[in-house]
Amino acid sequence: MFNRTPIAPLEYTRKLWMRSWVGLTMLFLYAPLILLMIFSFNDSKRNVVWKGFTLKYYEKALNNDSLVEALVNSLTIAALATIVSLVIGALAAVALWRFRFPFKGLVEGTMSLPIIVPEICLGVAFLIFFAKVDWPTDLPWPLNLSAITIAHITFCFPFVAMVVRARLASFNKEEEEAAKDLGATEWQAFRDVLLPHIRPALVAGALLAFTLSLDDFVITFFTSGPDTITFPVKVYSMVRFSVTPEVNAASTILILLTVILTFIALKLQGVKGIAETH
Amino acid sequence: MSGALQDWKSQKKPFAAVVTAPVFWLALFFVAPMAIVWLYSFGQNAGPVDIEISGTLDNYKRATEWLYVSIFLKSFAVAALTTLLCLIIGFPVAMAITFAAPKWRPWLLLGIMLPFWTNLLIRTYALMALMGTNGYMNKGLAGLWEGASWLRTLVGMQPLEAWTPVQLLYNNFAVVLGLVYVHLPFMVLPLYSALDRLDKSLIEASLDLGAGHFKTFMQIVVPLAAPGIVAGVMITLIPALGAYLTPDLMGGTDSQMIANVIERQFKRANDWPFGAALSFLLIYAMFILIAFQSMRANKVKEV
Repeated sequence: MFNRTPIAPLEYTRKLWMRSWVGLTMLFLYAPLILLMIFSFNDSKRNVVWKGFTLKYYEKALNNDSLVEALVNSLTIAALATIVSLVIGALAAVALWRFRFPFKGLVEGTMSLPIIVPEICLGVAFLIFFAKVDWPTDLPWPLNLSAITIAHITFCFPFVAMVVRARLASFNKEEEEAAKDLGATEWQAFRDVLLPHIRPALVAGALLAFTLSLDDFVITFFTSGPDTITFPVKVYSMVRFSVTPEVNAASTILILLTVILTFIALKLQGVKGIAETH
Repeated sequence: MSGALQDWKSQKKPFAAVVTAPVFWLALFFVAPMAIVWLYSFGQNAGPVDIEISGTLDNYKRATEWLYVSIFLKSFAVAALTTLLCLIIGFPVAMAITFAAPKWRPWLLLGIMLPFWTNLLIRTYALMALMGTNGYMNKGLAGLWEGASWLRTLVGMQPLEAWTPVQLLYNNFAVVLGLVYVHLPFMVLPLYSALDRLDKSLIEASLDLGAGHFKTFMQIVVPLAAPGIVAGVMITLIPALGAYLTPDLMGGTDSQMIANVIERQFKRANDWPFGAALSFLLIYAMFILIAFQSMRANKVKEV
C-alpha cells in the first residue's frame, strides 16, 4: 500500500501527514456517532463502561408510546412536506427557467430567502403567524401536523427548486419543440419530455427535502404544540431533562434510517450523482 | 443549448399553471409571516396576549443596550472562530479529496456528507455524551495525566495528584467545539468543488519552477480557490451566527448566543415585540454579510 511507486508531487493524499489529517477529521466526525451506537447496546445505565450486550433499551424505546408517536409524526411530516415541496419546487424551477415575466428578480430573490434567513427567525415568524391567524390546533391526526408541515414546506421547496433548476440548464428546448410540432399538447410535452429529463433532480430534491424535514428542530420547536411532538423535539426534551440510554437506542434507529436512505440514493444515482447534488 | 426565455404573455396558460402555486405559497407562508414579525418589531405589549403595533422604535432602542450589543458581538466572535477553525481543519481535507485517487474520491466525499445528513440533535447529543465528566474525552485526558504523572516519577519528581474529571461541557469551549463539529461538512464541500475545478498544471508549473509546497499553496492554490473559500466561509458563518441548539445544549450561562436571547423573548420572557426586533436585526446582519460577499464577487469580475 505504501510507497510502491514514489509519491508524485501532486499526490498529496499519499503523504502521511495528509492521511493522518483526514483520518483524524473522520475520527472527529464519526467517533461520537459510533460510540453512541455501540453504547446503545450496553447493559448499563452509565454510558462509559461496557457491561454486556442488551437490547432492553430498544425494547424500552419502542414501548415508549410518546417516543414512537414522535417518530411516526416526524416521518409523516417529512413525507408530506417532501411531496408538496417536490411539486411546488419543480413548478417554481420551470417557471423561472422558461419564462420572462415582470418582477422575476423579486420572485427569485424572495425564493432564496428561506434558505438564508436564520432558522430561529423563521421559527419565530411561524409562531407569530399561526397564533395570529388562529390556526386550529385540535384537529384529528394527521391534520394536527399541518402547521409544522407548512413550515417545513416553506424551507424545503426552495432547495428542491435549486436542484431542479440546475438540472434544467442541460435540457435541450428543441426536444420539447419537436414534441409539440409532432402534435403533443403542452401537458403531454411536459409529462413525456421534460419530466423524464428532470427525474434525477426530482429524486435528489426529494431526498434533500426529506432529510431537511426530518432533521429540523428549531422551526418545529416553535410551531409544535403539546400534542404534536416530533422526534427531534422529543429527543431534545429527553436530553434536556435526563439523558437516558433510550435516547441512544432511538438515535441509533434514526442514524441507521439515514444510512439506509443514503444507500438507496446511492443505488439510484451512484456515488458521483450524490456528490454532485451538493 | 437552451433557447431564449419565453415571454409570459405569449403563453399565459402554461405560465399561470407553473407560477401560481410557488408564488402563492411564498406570499402566504413566507412573506406574510415575515411581514407580521417586522410589524411586531414596531409594537408593544398591550396586555397579556395583545400586541399593539404603535410604530414605536423602543424595541430597537432597547437592542442597543450594552447587554444585547455584547451578545451580538459575542455571537459574531464565536461564529467567526468556528468558521476559522472549520477552514483550518477543512482545507487539507478538501485538498486530500481533490488529489485522491479517482476511485477513492466519491467515498471520501460520502464520508464527509453522511454526518451532514445525520440529525443535528443526535450529533450534538453524541458529542455531549463524549464530553461529559464520565465521557471518553475525560478518560483520554485522565490517561494523559497519569502518563505525565508516571513520567515525573521516572525522573524522581513527586507524582501528580489524582485526576479529577474536568467539566468540558457547559462553557464557551464546548460551544465552539460543538459548532465546528456540526458545520465542518458545510466548509469542506464548497472548498472541494472549488479545488476540483482548479487547473492542476498550474501547481505543477509552480513546483517545477522551484517554489516549495508551502509557497505554491499560499501563492497559487489559495488565490485560485478564493471563490470556494468565500463560499465556504459564508455557508459556515451564517448558520453559526444564528445557531440555537448548540449554545443551548452545550453552553453555560455565559455562552448564550443571539438566537437563545430571541428564543427567550418568545418563551419565558414573553416579550414578542422585542424578540421580533432582535430577529430582524439578525436578518439585517445576514444581509450585510451577503452584500459584502457580492460586492467582493463583483470586484473580482471587474478585474
